[in-house]
Parts: sequence; C-alpha cells; structure tokens
Amino acid sequence: MKIYDLTELAVRNLRESLLRNSLTTVGISVGVASLVAMLALGIGLQQLASRRLRKSGLFDTVIVTSRRDLRSFSREQESSGPDPADSPALDEPARQKMEQLPDVTEAFPDIRFITGLRYEGKQHLTMVAGLPFSAKNNDAFDGMQGNFFSSDAAPEVILQKAFAEELLGKTPKPGADDVNVADVARPLLGKELVMRYAERVEAPLSAAPQPGDRQDPNEAALSASYSVVSHEQPLKIVGVSDLDPDSMRGSARARVFLPLKLAQNLHVMQPSNLRDTTRALTSAPTYTTVSVRVKSPRLVPTVEDAIKKMGFNTFSITDATRSLRQFFAVLDLFLGIFGSLALAVASIGIVNTLVMAILERRREIGIMKALGASDIDIRKLFFAEAGAMGLAGGAVGVALGWMIGHAINLGTNVYLKRQNFPPEQIWAVPWWLVGGAVLFAIVVSLISGLYPASRAARLDPVQALRYE
Amino acid sequence: MNSQSSLHSNGSVAIATDNVCRHYRMGETLIRAVDGVSLQIHAGEFVALLGTSGSGKSSLLNLLAGLDRPTSGQVIVAGKNLAALSREELAKYRLHTVGMVFQSFNLIPSMTLSENVELPMRFAEVERQQRAALSTKALQRVGLAARMHHRPVELSGGEQQRAALARALINQPKTLLADEPTGNLDSRTGTEIMELISDCNRSLGMTVIMVTHERSLAERYAQRMVFLADGKVVGDQPASVAEPAEVLPGGRL
Repeated sequence: MKIYDLTELAVRNLRESLLRNSLTTVGISVGVASLVAMLALGIGLQQLASRRLRKSGLFDTVIVTSRRDLRSFSREQESSGPDPADSPALDEPARQKMEQLPDVTEAFPDIRFITGLRYEGKQHLTMVAGLPFSAKNNDAFDGMQGNFFSSDAAPEVILQKAFAEELLGKTPKPGADDVNVADVARPLLGKELVMRYAERVEAPLSAAPQPGDRQDPNEAALSASYSVVSHEQPLKIVGVSDLDPDSMRGSARARVFLPLKLAQNLHVMQPSNLRDTTRALTSAPTYTTVSVRVKSPRLVPTVEDAIKKMGFNTFSITDATRSLRQFFAVLDLFLGIFGSLALAVASIGIVNTLVMAILERRREIGIMKALGASDIDIRKLFFAEAGAMGLAGGAVGVALGWMIGHAINLGTNVYLKRQNFPPEQIWAVPWWLVGGAVLFAIVVSLISGLYPASRAARLDPVQALRYE
Repeated sequence: MNSQSSLHSNGSVAIATDNVCRHYRMGETLIRAVDGVSLQIHAGEFVALLGTSGSGKSSLLNLLAGLDRPTSGQVIVAGKNLAALSREELAKYRLHTVGMVFQSFNLIPSMTLSENVELPMRFAEVERQQRAALSTKALQRVGLAARMHHRPVELSGGEQQRAALARALINQPKTLLADEPTGNLDSRTGTEIMELISDCNRSLGMTVIMVTHERSLAERYAQRMVFLADGKVVGDQPASVAEPAEVLPGGRL
C-alpha cells in the first residue's frame, strides 16, 4: 500500500474511535511534555552555568608574567624556558604581539596601585585597579548600581560595595546583615572623588654623566631613569558594584576601579617599576601582569603554548567547562530518564489501544485480507496508526512541555525579583529538542505498535471473517 | 459436462483440486471439513457447490479462495499449487485472481460505498485518480452511482450486496467466488444479485463458483452442480438449462 493510502486509512481508523484514541494521544502528550520539561530545564541550567562561567572570565583568561620577575607559577616553569636574564620584557610591544595571536580577543595589562582617595575632605587608602572596557559584561557587575564607565578613558570610577560603605563611614559589624547595595549607592552616585597618585615621568636621557662616574655608555642606554611627580585626579562615581569583580586577586584585590585606558594614560607609578629600576634592564615601562582573553575556554591551552614560546610564564585555570559538560550530560540523562517514565506509561496505553482496536476490527482485518491485503499491508496500517498517535502526541506534548517550562521560568523569575536578583533564563528549548522529542514519541509509539501490528497481521482470515 | 456448460467454458482448467483435505481438531474430535475432494473447474464455468450446513462447501470455497490452506492435497490455479505459496503470494492471488462475495456482504461499515469499492485498489496500489474513476464506473454498473457516498448501514441488503459485488470485481479477477450471496436477501433481491453474477459469467466470461443450499438457484443459474456431504463430493452433474435471465432495472453488469 502507498504511504498516502496508509496515512489516510490510519487517520480514518483513528477518527472512528475518537475518544479512546484521543485519550491515548493525551497520554503520549503528557509523557513527551514531562520529557521536554525535564530536558529543557537541564539544558537551561547548563546554559546558565556556562554563561556564568564565560562571563566570570575565569576560564578564558591566560595570566602572563615575565620570567624576569622570577615569580613562576610552578617549578616546571622555573626550570624550563629561557634564562630569566635573557627573557623578554613584558612591555607594550609584547602585549601587542600577544593581542595579535590567533583566537585572542584582547590582551590588557594589569594596572593596580595603592593610593589615597579623598572624599568629602577625608582620605582613604585603598587598592585601585584598571578595568578593561570588556569587563562590562562580567557577571561581577550584575546587580551593580549606577552604570559602567561611559568610555575607556572617562574620568570615572566604580566602587566596590565595601569601599562605598567605608566612604559613608558605615563599617559593617561582623555578623551583621548584608547592607543593600542600593542604599549604599544612592548617596554616592554622581559624586566626586579626588585620587592622589604618583606619575612616572620619563627623565631625558641626555643628562650628562658626572666626571668620575664609572658608567659604561651601553649601560647608560639601558638604565632606567625617571622622576616621580605627585598629581591629583578628580573622578566621578558612576557605579557601586555589589559583588567583588576582583575576587581572584586575593590580597591584592582592588576596591576601586578606573577605566583601563585612563589608568594607563595617567602613567601611575607601579610597584614593579622600582624593581625594574634596580635591575636596570630597560627604561621603558613594563607590566607586572598581562591578562590575555581567549575566544573560548577550549582554545586556552593553544594560546598558552604560543605565549610560552614567546618566553613568558603563563597561568590559566584548567578548562572547567569540560567537567561541567560531563556533569550536565549525567544530569540530562537522569532528567531524561525521569521524563521518559511518563512516556513509557503512555506507550503501554498505545499497546492497549491498538490491541483493543484489533479485537474490535478483527472482522475488518479479515475482510481486508479476503480482498487481497497482505500481512505487510495490515502490519503497516497498524504501524501507521501508532505512528500517527505518536506524531500527534509528540507535537502536542512539545507544546505542552514548552508551556510548562515557561510557567516554571516565569515563577522562578517572580521569585528572583522578590529576592532582588536579576531575572534569569533557566529554561531552554532548542530546536533539536523539539525535533528529537517528536521523533522519540514516534519511535516509542512504533515500538509499542510492534506487537499489536504483528498480531493483527498474523490473524487467520477465515477465523477473522467468522468473528461477529 | 453438457452442451450448456461448454457454451461458456473455454475448455482450459481454471481451478483444479487434487484429493484436497481440510481437517482440524476441535477438542478430541477430528473434523474433516473437506475430505479428499478432486475437482476440475474450467475457465468460464458457473459451478454451484451444494450441500447442507456443515457439508464442507464453505470450507472448500475458502481453500479455493486462498484464505485457508489444505491439510493435504493440492489446489492448482494457473499451474501453481496454492498450498505451496507464501502468505504474501496468497495475498496477491486473492487480490488479482479471485474476487469474493459473502452472505453477510462484509462491507466495511466505517467506509462509504465508493471507499469500500476502492479498497482492493489501494492494496493493488492503483493511482488515486484512476481509482476514483474505476469505482464510480463499477458502482454505476450495479446501479448505485447515486449512493456512492453513503455508508453501508444506510443501504438495503440488496444494495449492499451489489456494492460488494462491485468491490469483488474491481480488480478484474478471473474467478468470482460467492459464498451464499443471496442467503441474507429476500427472493426478489436475491434474483437481482444472481442476475448480476450470471451476467459476469456470460458477458465477461468469468469463472463463477457459488456456494448455495438452494438447489433451485443453482439449477437456474449454474451450469454444473457439485454436491457435498461430510466434506466429500457426493455428486457432480450439469444443472438443468435455465430460462434466459430477466433484465432488471439498474441491475446489469
């Protein structure tokens, strides 16, 4: 029999026992809906976790230091690579070279210094760090009050909540409830801070050597000489962050953040400058650390190798997304199994419906066989009926599952909003899940139809024709 | 075979049975429904199988129709032994070589008349448009063109049997097998049906094998009467010459 004839006959037969077949189809729909809801939740959570990890910038960043600092990240790094004295300086040309490596999105220097900030006539000493503009998407700024920097060199500042509290003279007592960031930010946003800093000003190299100095002409070219000038820079408070954007830095973490370009333009004297002076290897400013952002956590090892070949020490956090993917694969499997249980129950419904249909249509099957229908025709017909129920159940089930998921998402976001958290998408129904769920429903239905179909096909036409 | 029968049969054997048996067990008892029947039915012949209830005439018809397999013996059609055919081959035989009408019409109640008539063509994978045209034509022939979109339940017994006949003939079989086709009909309607069947035999040259227990019907329409009792052939004789058939309105094939 041709496919359209089979489909037509199957649909006709399903219409004949509309109520029973509809109920069976509803059973399949509920099964598919639970499967879709479970898997969509698993996928949504996985996407949420991946998004969070990506936004944290922890796993797509390579921290680069110069071997000259003699501060390697492992014993292996100490013993391998060029001799520290021969290794290149971590300066602007090196940073640019790293930025041009394939799969690197940006390479920015780490600029941080301890300095004094004056607010309403009172001095506060703290660590200040430069933030690249790309940090705007960092999840540490979720729930931030105010705005991110208006540009990469704007005279603006973002404060960490703890420092904002200090400016307001509210030092939280240990064990006290967390202060709401909005309350802290309100009196500070738009106000001005004055930052005092030490600018490194390059000294002209033409300074004549004093007679009697034991200075070699080559050494003179290499020696670093500069002067330090004290400056003040007014800064506008544009944001107060609730979370700690610099938590990775441990004891060196900053509480005040400037746009990176501004921090660079100010030529603030860095603690490492002094060391470089004593080593007298270069007159150009060098960076303590350069952070290299890579397109994807998977590409980190390749980029790391390339930077090591340039003669620097590197450090990165192992790709945690791999273990995360593994965890979610297991989670999805379990959710899928739970979701499939309802579908398994529904498949028993299909077997039941089709076996009942055989009993009811026994005579009809006999007539069809007497008219020339082959066993294969009868089998295909029952298969088509099972498949049609699977298709209808699958389609309705996906829609139902999608609605359930939306309801869960909506409920979760209402809860998050009440708890002052930003809304989250914990729910994802990718197209492959839609197609896969419908296909799975059809396959399960066809498997359920196996027994009834072969039983119908095996019916003895003489017996079947006698059946009243 | 008398001159009347040779008038319609063309001499070649359409169906032959060779010592065919159909036995089955019912508890302890062995039922010999068909017990060593050897028959030769010629192409174009109209044969009536007569006998009382339980004589084995319907069982023999089922064997000839390829609906059942003999316990022993052979049923030879066009040189092939039906007993040796696979289930698929038997289905093809039923689809193309024989057409069947039953006492209880056996139309599918959920389908309209035209859908019922189209059903064997669906199994034969005839194109949809061709199918519609052929079923309309077949229903016109049996005078049911106006009822083609009706369901069987909306029709009288005679109309249902006419539709069943149209369905049996739709794939142009060589042999028509009729199992008490007038058994559920009054005598007038029965005559209508018999006229249609007889017309198939005469004008289309179709072999007809009809099971009946009404000797008068057999004598009137058949050329040969085979008597069965306890599964055995107890008589095989030419039927008396029938009167020329009456032409019934809308009842000609």
